[in-house]
Amino acid sequence: MKQKPYLKHFILLSVLLFIFFLLNISQGSVSIPFKDIFTTLIGNTDVKDSWQTIVLDFRLPKAITAIFVGSGLSICGLLMQTLFRNPLAGPFVLGISSGASLGVALLILGSSVFGGFFLTNSISNWSLAIAASLGAFLVLFAVIMAANQLRNTMSILIVGLMFGSLTGAVIAVLAYFSEATQIQQYLFWSFGSLGNLSWSEMRVFGSIYLVGMFACLSVIKPLNSLLLGENYAKSLGINIKKSRIIVLVITSLLTGVITAFSGPIAFIGLAVPHLAKMLFTTSNHKILIPASAIIGGMVLLICDSIAQLPTSEFTIPINAITSLFGAPIVIWLLLRKKKITI
Amino acid sequence: MTKNKNNILSTENLAIGYAQKKQQKVIASGINFAIKKGTLNAVIGKNGIGKSTLLRTLSKVQKPLEGTLFINKKNSNAYQHLELAKTISLVLTERVPESQLTVFELIALGRQPYTNWIDSLSKKDLQKIQWAITATNLETLQNNRCSELSDGQMQRVLIARALSQDTEIIVLDEPTAHLDMHQTITIFELLKQLTKTTKKTIIISTHEINLATKMCDELIVLSENKIYTGTTAALIQQNAFENLFASKIVKFDRALQQFVIHSQTF
Repeated sequence: MKQKPYLKHFILLSVLLFIFFLLNISQGSVSIPFKDIFTTLIGNTDVKDSWQTIVLDFRLPKAITAIFVGSGLSICGLLMQTLFRNPLAGPFVLGISSGASLGVALLILGSSVFGGFFLTNSISNWSLAIAASLGAFLVLFAVIMAANQLRNTMSILIVGLMFGSLTGAVIAVLAYFSEATQIQQYLFWSFGSLGNLSWSEMRVFGSIYLVGMFACLSVIKPLNSLLLGENYAKSLGINIKKSRIIVLVITSLLTGVITAFSGPIAFIGLAVPHLAKMLFTTSNHKILIPASAIIGGMVLLICDSIAQLPTSEFTIPINAITSLFGAPIVIWLLLRKKKITI
Repeated sequence: MTKNKNNILSTENLAIGYAQKKQQKVIASGINFAIKKGTLNAVIGKNGIGKSTLLRTLSKVQKPLEGTLFINKKNSNAYQHLELAKTISLVLTERVPESQLTVFELIALGRQPYTNWIDSLSKKDLQKIQWAITATNLETLQNNRCSELSDGQMQRVLIARALSQDTEIIVLDEPTAHLDMHQTITIFELLKQLTKTTKKTIIISTHEINLATKMCDELIVLSENKIYTGTTAALIQQNAFENLFASKIVKFDRALQQFVIHSQTF
């Protein structure tokens, strides 16, 4: 499609992203002078050792995670909204996050129900991530099997929602039979968290993220033709079934890995695509995919900065912030501007 | 007739309808006709007789229950997705989902079969799009959003999209539904003119029977028992129009050569 000059928008957004990135790193319970943070980031080593560790091993991975999670979820939301031609769709409509939650619930809560079947005392980040991935993958597998059977794209949406309810019910049963401390532990996971990722975990996260992001580029064309509806897309030579499966796999992969490492983070995936569509007033995915990615990363960085409450010891769960601040903003935008479209 | 060199599309014992798990719902069977290159053809018949199903089968949106469809003398089953997209373009009755697409962008989507993996438009693509916009008289609207257009304008945009797809055959399902008399005639004239200037073959389904009998080169008349094809004059000779509605209210008047209303309530 013909492109309007959006370069200015993109440059401005990238600069903003970079500023929020630096701001995010400069925040935390230990106050470190901005100059020292900057010198640490560009590889200087004549800064206090403890400060270097804080910046390089805690704050930097967290800020990068925020960008990965924010951009990944936003793109998944965009893909789902176009695929299902439904502005209410988000990355979690397929039940992926419910699947991941079920995996984690089985790991944390299951130990008291099934006895010593699972290792109880030491639940590491890795085992959480693996349990979440397995759960997400199982639901993904079921949804794709169903998608192969179903002609109607809308039915897949409903199947996804049903899987969500089903896993929710299983988790409720598990929680009923669990002890308070375990329920608390599960609850903490479900609050979402961007920190706690080591560099080795970041490497796994980052490579899957990059694969997903590059794969997105291959569905720009089918997604644009899907704006006309499935029959027109088909008449333009698009293989609907194949494109549908590719979109589902990309979304599941990204949301699966994101949920595995940072918990089910709400709202971003639903809201950011709409922010991108309002800001860029286009439906062209060649513009919307990078736009959603940049805005998504930026929004989550801002949310994380708010969650840290400057100069405070406390951090509010990121999942609460995204909805607490995000929902009113989107409502305000909707009231101010016109209607919402796919 | 099917062997004629000029035929772009022909059917052999085609049966159309819907196949569900075990049973088939046949809407019409034993369909044999051929469509000549560069003509304007209309499929007419009463509601529910299978006009849309026939068009959907001809454009391979759905499979025939039986028989064969030949496109350019080649069995339609041998066409790949992309090859078909370069041969037949569609204008459907379904509404295009609401989006922020501009008129230009929507018409540009017609170039998808020719664009590269990331959908960038070449010089030739831009030329074709511009030609489609000019042919449908949309120059002043090309930067408007599609959601702001009237039904008649939107229909022209969808026709322009089909034109930019640059196919030999264009299939339009009820292109004049919801349009006023003036817009309806405008669309018919546009289609007629396109068959003359571009040698494209156009197949439409329509309820504008009187207009179709006057403006189309050939008609495909679907009635309960039989399918008639031919020019208006030939069809009148075959009494093809007499039983189209099987009703006293609308009858074909041989003297006037058009359908007239015989209502008791006037």
